[in-house]
Amino acid sequence: MKITEMIELLNGTLLTEQSSSSVVIKGAMGADLMSDVLASIKPEAALLTGLCNPQVIRTAIIADIHAIIFVRGKQPDIETLELANDENIPLIVTAYGLFEACGILYRAGLKSYEMQPH
Amino acid sequence: MAETKPIITDEYAESITRAEELAYELRIREVMTKDVYCINPDTEMETALDTFQKRRFSGAPVTCDGELIGIISIEDLIRALRKNNLNAKVREYMTTSPTTVNEYDPVVEALKTFSRTHFGRLPVLNEDQQLVGILTKGDISNGLLNALQRDYHKEELIRYRASHLFEDIVSGRTSLILRYEIRKGDFIHGGNASSKIKRALLRLGATPQLARRCGIAVYEAEMNLIIHTNHGGTLRIEIEPHRITMEAYDDGPGIEDIDMAMQTGYSTATHEIREMGFGAGMGLVNIKRCVDEMRLISSKERGTNLFMIMYLNNTT
Repeated sequence: MKITEMIELLNGTLLTEQSSSSVVIKGAMGADLMSDVLASIKPEAALLTGLCNPQVIRTAIIADIHAIIFVRGKQPDIETLELANDENIPLIVTAYGLFEACGILYRAGLKSYEMQPH
Repeated sequence: MAETKPIITDEYAESITRAEELAYELRIREVMTKDVYCINPDTEMETALDTFQKRRFSGAPVTCDGELIGIISIEDLIRALRKNNLNAKVREYMTTSPTTVNEYDPVVEALKTFSRTHFGRLPVLNEDQQLVGILTKGDISNGLLNALQRDYHKEELIRYRASHLFEDIVSGRTSLILRYEIRKGDFIHGGNASSKIKRALLRLGATPQLARRCGIAVYEAEMNLIIHTNHGGTLRIEIEPHRITMEAYDDGPGIEDIDMAMQTGYSTATHEIREMGFGAGMGLVNIKRCVDEMRLISSKERGTNLFMIMYLNNTT
């Protein structure tokens, strides 16, 4: 799924500067606990989260996350936004809650990129 | 690259996803033929045939005062030949208002047009609707293969740098040490050192999987130093040809019960830290899962030393 499709489905806004329309996302995970994300997200996924601070971006760098979607209309501070721009990680904000946003993308055919605990 | 024009069949193209990616990344102007031979609409078909034979063309754009008005192909010449009408003008046999593509469109757009229309070539226009090039499927195959070749060279270069960093320096024991001071409570920069470490490992030629595993382990360790120490601590990464040793150490307060700390869900973190997305009692468990070997030594007098070791024999 292209980033642009994702934005359209979620009625969202791209907050970062880069033209990421050609970035293709194969799967996603929704979580607020960064340790959960680090433990179980597959590479090249999108992360849907209600957490909105620089740690989310750092987690994305470390875990090879290709896009971040902030739910419930949360706006990141300037520091977080700058870090995302520097690291070329697209940030999207949507008014939907975590459950609904995940549901919309899942129904549109996006796979879960969350590994099950062993 | 040689002057031959290899063809990428559909089956072959399906199996190389990087080529598909490149079709989105590459712009048409990067792969098109730039020096376009144009034909005047008042040229006789006979002359066009000669030109096609001499230059081995199978088609050419028709322009009048620099403006694209049509396209003439070998099919059109065959039609004129059948009617024994080679004295006719190109104008009479050309295809008018041909399908065009824009020079800044991604290559994938042209591929779509090719499969939709079955045309052999597409004139390429710039923003001012002027003809700047011509595009065939062969141009696209060539462009993609060239781009793949460039990718490959880049990768080779990175591998070369990495492997030779250690080979070129002769010593009894060569290692590269990276050190980062982590301050207590510095949440704003939490993860900064880990990002740098991950990037350094990739620079040195580590596989993405290895860099990711090291990154996750050292990120959790970095957050532990920020959250749980008295005065912060140090991350020390030693890279040797056969292993990576990541060490996080501090001067206290020390872990009271290591067995307890190693259990999933056990945490002494405050509510504020949980709001940062950490402190759920998963850090040490996550680290253990990522690294080949983990050692944790802690005492009230000396603080905590966490060793995380990755062996490189099989993983790189």
